[in-house]
Amino acid sequence: MPSEPALQLDDTPQLCKQFRLQYEQARSAWVLLYPEGMVKLSASASEIMKRIDGKTTLGAIIRDLEAAFPGAALRQDVLDFIETAHARGWISGAP
Amino acid sequence: MHAAGSAALPSAERSRPARPGWLLAELTYRCPLHCVFCYNPLDYTAQGPELSTSEWLRVLREGRALGAVQLGLSGGEPLLREDLEALVDEARGLGYYSNLITSGVGLTEQRIGAFKQAGLDHIQLSFQDSTRELNDFLSSTRTFELKSKIAKLIKEHDYPMVLNVVIHRLNIDHVGQILEMAEALGAEYVELANTQYYGWAHLNRDRLLPTREQVVRAEETTNRFREKVGRKMRIFFVVPDYFEVRPKACMNGWGSVFLTVTPDGTALPCHAARMLPGLAFPNVREASLEAIWYDSEGFNRYRGDAWMKEPCRSCPEKVKDFGGCRCQAYLLTGDPANADPVCDLSPHHDRVTQALLAAQVGTARPIVFRDDRNSRALLAQRPTPVTAK
Repeated sequence: MPSEPALQLDDTPQLCKQFRLQYEQARSAWVLLYPEGMVKLSASASEIMKRIDGKTTLGAIIRDLEAAFPGAALRQDVLDFIETAHARGWISGAP
Repeated sequence: MHAAGSAALPSAERSRPARPGWLLAELTYRCPLHCVFCYNPLDYTAQGPELSTSEWLRVLREGRALGAVQLGLSGGEPLLREDLEALVDEARGLGYYSNLITSGVGLTEQRIGAFKQAGLDHIQLSFQDSTRELNDFLSSTRTFELKSKIAKLIKEHDYPMVLNVVIHRLNIDHVGQILEMAEALGAEYVELANTQYYGWAHLNRDRLLPTREQVVRAEETTNRFREKVGRKMRIFFVVPDYFEVRPKACMNGWGSVFLTVTPDGTALPCHAARMLPGLAFPNVREASLEAIWYDSEGFNRYRGDAWMKEPCRSCPEKVKDFGGCRCQAYLLTGDPANADPVCDLSPHHDRVTQALLAAQVGTARPIVFRDDRNSRALLAQRPTPVTAK
């Protein structure tokens, strides 16, 4: 089903209010915490989520990631992840 | 814990058991309500004195060091602990995600403000009747006004509105009205939690088990409501396991994710495990949580699959459901090492189908409310303590 992406490049993604991103020493991983649950994030998902601060646009987040990991073709991966994170209700996008 | 969360928790791959993800702190068995479906032990009045504030603070620190990240503050009614604010404050400082599981009775503007400031992450408000007239569950104006007031407080303090409604035969036909009420209260999440038959709920099972037709209708009503309400309200409907043919993956495996500490400091792999015979569960007053989690007999007994009997032992699904629930196996078959009889491969599956039939026929036995008087009366009736086989 082709549809508009949930977030455009000039949207500003932010964590939904009941979510908290946190580094877990005991698990050596970033986790996303929400009411009565937890998602352990992969290394790449962690890099994206750490940059979601409710102030930075999606476009700027991608540029920042491209600068941090030069040579990696990560644009589409980021867009896919953002789409998934939005569909799961982790993040919302304010224009 | 919702499936999305538990599925993401790391599994026990190494020889050492995985770290706990959850610490459930049952702060008190005291409760202003008398719910007939409560899973607290029948003999809760015979348990030892409640842990002190400093003992709970130590439990929180040890649990966090062990790896627990989700904290449930429950009971009884946890708001009856006057040190709840101090415990929340410590929990936030330690990095827990703290969930208050409450009836809302006793929640005031002042206290919720203090919880917010202390860093409480989430409040799960349950719908329960505060009167003895269960049939007034929905019509009780007093209850509705109290819940409306509490729901407003929760929203004003910028918490998501999470409602939990325990479902049983006496209210399952009102699921549509329950959902409308939830919408009117501005709920963002609603959990229609079908009764699990432990403790008081097991005692009252013949009065609480719905019929299959009721469950089907309630699910249909829930699905229609989901379509109507869309994304603004997420509704979880958990089918009661007596109607299933495979058991639930209880606690995500024994001693694998959950660690419950009861009001008197007894540590359990699940909140109902205390009833199991022949198992000495450790107490946090006598041992560290680390020793309890890794080394105690109570936590090791049903870890892995070496304890399993047939049909579980050779079953390919044992990695998925861990043989189901030890407490249910004990309650229905008398042996916690048997397969959970919810499974239709269990030789005892007829215990479940018979229970469903018995509930349909009905019973003349009166419903027993969870209160101190009934708890003591049940204790007095008990012939001899159940011991190991």
